[in-house]
Amino acid sequence: MTIRVAHLYPEYLNIYADRGNIAVLSSRSRWRGIGFEVESVSLGDVLRAGEHDLLYIGGGQDREQALIALDLAARGEAIREAVAGGAAVLAVCGGYQLLGRSYRGRDGEELPGAGLFPHETVAGDRRMIGDCLLECELETGVRETLAGFENHAGMTRLDDGAVPLGRVVAGFGNDGVSGFEGVRVGSAVGTYLHGPLLPRNPWLADWLLTRALEHRTGESRQLDPLPDDLEEDAHAVAAARAHSRGGRF
Amino acid sequence: MPLSVGIAGARMAAGLSRLVGAGGGTTVPGKVLSSLDPEVLDRLAQRLPLGAALVSATNGKTTSAAMAAQILSPRVRLAHNASGANLLSGLTSSLLSADSPELGLFEVDEAALPEIARRMRPRAVCLGNLFRDQLDRYGELEHVAERWRSVVQNLDPGAVLVVNGDDPQVGDLARERSGSVVFGLDDPRHKVPELLHAADSKWCLRCGRPYEYTAAYVGHLGDYRCPACGHARPELDVAARRIELRGLDGVDFSLETDGERMPVRLAVPGLYNVYNALAAASLAIGLGSTLDDAVAGLERFRASFGRFERIPIGDKRLLVLLVKNPAGANEAVRTLVSGGPPRLAVLALNDAIADGRDVSWIWDVDWEPLLAGLERVVVTGERAAEMALRCKYGGFSAEAIEVVPELDAALDRGLELSPGGGELVVLPTYTAMLALRRIVADRGFVQPYWKRAA
Repeated sequence: MTIRVAHLYPEYLNIYADRGNIAVLSSRSRWRGIGFEVESVSLGDVLRAGEHDLLYIGGGQDREQALIALDLAARGEAIREAVAGGAAVLAVCGGYQLLGRSYRGRDGEELPGAGLFPHETVAGDRRMIGDCLLECELETGVRETLAGFENHAGMTRLDDGAVPLGRVVAGFGNDGVSGFEGVRVGSAVGTYLHGPLLPRNPWLADWLLTRALEHRTGESRQLDPLPDDLEEDAHAVAAARAHSRGGRF
Repeated sequence: MPLSVGIAGARMAAGLSRLVGAGGGTTVPGKVLSSLDPEVLDRLAQRLPLGAALVSATNGKTTSAAMAAQILSPRVRLAHNASGANLLSGLTSSLLSADSPELGLFEVDEAALPEIARRMRPRAVCLGNLFRDQLDRYGELEHVAERWRSVVQNLDPGAVLVVNGDDPQVGDLARERSGSVVFGLDDPRHKVPELLHAADSKWCLRCGRPYEYTAAYVGHLGDYRCPACGHARPELDVAARRIELRGLDGVDFSLETDGERMPVRLAVPGLYNVYNALAAASLAIGLGSTLDDAVAGLERFRASFGRFERIPIGDKRLLVLLVKNPAGANEAVRTLVSGGPPRLAVLALNDAIADGRDVSWIWDVDWEPLLAGLERVVVTGERAAEMALRCKYGGFSAEAIEVVPELDAALDRGLELSPGGGELVVLPTYTAMLALRRIVADRGFVQPYWKRAA
């Protein structure tokens, strides 16, 4: 059994240690005897819906994001189709913005998005920088927290009825005012939180792997538990940081 | 208030800061005086008969400036911020504590450079490199580069500009200014096989296509050319050729400029120190030093504090390598491993403002060559657990990771695990390095930095 992963524009979008997220997904698969194959999908490469169980897209600096934005927007249909078919997605920071409908930079220039996530982003005057803590309920009745670091000027407004990834306990979140962070569409998750996010929040890594396996096999299954003492320690420190110095307007 | 009265008060504050044990007092007098008179740096700079020379870079500015000080100090009385206090207050303090200085020689924080250059009207500026660093504090690389461009545009007509031609963003600044001094490495035997993960300026400044490298030496620094539009490394005025690495002991190279060449034997290791030496030599030569003086100064140079510094403790030694961003940490790892990989290391990760509150950068460092040789790692600092995860997900056995958040306890544990006569490798972030030195100084093994820096 092997999970097939598409890593979108890895050489352009890697500013916030995105490879840490990939390392966590990969290690936690292999430790359970599940294969994990990552394919780079970059400028001009072909992406076919259904060929991958998990898509990953990270964040970049403005310059790198501008270099790939049109190419990504042109893949919107394939990405939406993949998610409709049950593929899992983790999109972080710039990738989260560009999977929405549009991103307008501070210079007023508008980049088109891939149209997967029901949101629009407009760069604000102030950067939202700091530790951030969320409370999430991805599965009904199961509450978990996510501890990460946010650094974005973009203010992301979700459409009415869109489902955020979580409620902001401490920090700015999508726009610093709504009290929500990130977005969820099916098994696709977008967020501003890096850190990288998954090492100190292994439950989200396991949720993504579970959804990816379901996509692969067509049946639901439980993952074997792993010893997560170090992960829990790191989560506790990061959560305390968000409480003590998370950003707010 | 007359400047002299303010100076007396500020000097008293420096003494007080040391007396109460609050630190070196290396920025306190500057802060006191700047709060009294924000224009004080301008006026102190005007008093320098030979003007001021500023050194900035993401990595290596402390070492480059210290090397330049070695070259210049036999002939010129310097005001020099050797302790690394590189913001406006730190420079002001250095000028206050110097004894009738003739030339100001300062390392300057990348983000603070525009204001400091505007106030001091430097007669020379040396720009080393730009790597991704503390994005929570500095913002994106492009923005720093833009601010540096404005610094160059606003330099006095007679000022000397020294740039690292091997960095596409930095080398490009010289194109706007005739008479600039461009330095770089020229020895493709030492190129890395491929760009490391953390390489930054990979895309052509002009057209966005990937650069092709004849040789990349450190991160994205090297001999680059855009295959599409031809944007390429500028001609080198000062070059290092025939480089021979001598493990952890040092590095030899031929320093070449203007048809002259001289061999240099540096007592600090690694290609990145060749870059630092080139920056220092180019700056000194730009200020009028001879090649002989440059070589003699470089050869006298010993490690700046925390930068490959060895501290004897009983029958053992600490080897302290400051790590603060991916490019710098990658070079520390590469140099350590090339000298025979250690079997034990202490990794100290703090997340104060000076370290970067965002610790994600540790995931962009290629620690794996170091981890491959380690039998055990002690992780410490306020974000010790995060560092432990970096090791674990880098393929290091979780059982061989010891998490000891308190620095002094981690130091003791590391020393306990080190064999007699051995060397304990410690890689701390900035505030962890300062705390570590304080611990070692309290135990009587090293002078406080403000005494050495004097």
